[in-house]
Amino acid sequence: MTSLMEAAFYVAAVVAIVSTMLAITRLVAVHALLYLIVSLLAVAVDFYTMGAPLVAALEVIVYAGAIVVLFVFVVMMLNLGAQARDRERQWLSGKIWIGAAILSAILLAEVIYLIVRAGNVGSISGVVGPKQVAIALYGPYLIGVELVSMLLLGALVGASHLGRPAPKKTEAR
Amino acid sequence: MMSSIPMGHGLILAGILFALGLAGLLMRRNLVFILISIEIMLNGAGVAFVAAGSRWSQPDGQIVFLFILATAAAEVSIALALLVRFYHQHSTLDADAASGMRG
Repeated sequence: MTSLMEAAFYVAAVVAIVSTMLAITRLVAVHALLYLIVSLLAVAVDFYTMGAPLVAALEVIVYAGAIVVLFVFVVMMLNLGAQARDRERQWLSGKIWIGAAILSAILLAEVIYLIVRAGNVGSISGVVGPKQVAIALYGPYLIGVELVSMLLLGALVGASHLGRPAPKKTEAR
Repeated sequence: MMSSIPMGHGLILAGILFALGLAGLLMRRNLVFILISIEIMLNGAGVAFVAAGSRWSQPDGQIVFLFILATAAAEVSIALALLVRFYHQHSTLDADAASGMRG
C-alpha cells in the first residue's frame, strides 16, 4: 500500500511535468488549456498522495473546474482562427524561446541543487484531513477568510466594470 | 493511506512546475498563454506549501493553498476581463501592442 501511494506520486508528477511542458509550447490556446487541465488533475493526484485530500478535491473543482472553464469561455469569445495559429508559430520560431528556457533551467538547477544539498529533511507521511483544515481555517485564520472574501468581492466588481460594453469612441481622439 | 515521500521530491516538483511557468511567461507573446503560465506558477507555489504542510502534519499549508486559490481566481477574472477589452481595442493578443501610450 505504501509503495503504491509513492508510485502514484511519482507517476502523477511525471504526468504533471510533461503536460505542463506541452501546455506552454502549444500553438492553439484550446490545446494548451486541455493540457493544463491534465496537469492540474495530475497535481491533484499528487496532493492526495501527499496526504491533503481536501486540497486535492478543491484543485479539481476550482482550478480544473472553474478557472480553466473561464479561460475556455474567453478563448471561445475571442474566436481565434488558423491565422492566429500561424502568427503564434512565427512568434515561437527560432531562438526566441531558447533564452527563456536556458534562464529558467539555470534557476531550476540552482533550486534543485539547494534542495538536494540540504539532505534528508524528513518525509511527507501525515494525512491532514478536512476537519483539521476547517478548524484552523475558522479559528486562527478567520481574518484571512474575511480578507479573501473582500478580495473576491473586489474581483467581482472589477470584472463587471471591465466587462461592460466598450464606450462609444469619442470624436475628440 | 500512509505514504513516505521524501519532502525534497515534493519541493523539486514544485520547483519544476514554477520554472516551467516562468519559461512560458518569458517565451510567449500571446496574452492568453502568459495568463496560463501565471496559473502554472501559482500552482507550483501551492505544491510547495502543501508539501511543507503535510511534512509537519499541520493544516497551515493547505490553508495557504486555499488563499492562493482565491487569489488565482480573483487574478484570472480581472485579467481575462482586461484581455477581452484589450482584444476589442487592438484586435490582437500580442502583448507588445500595449507597449506604447497614445497620449
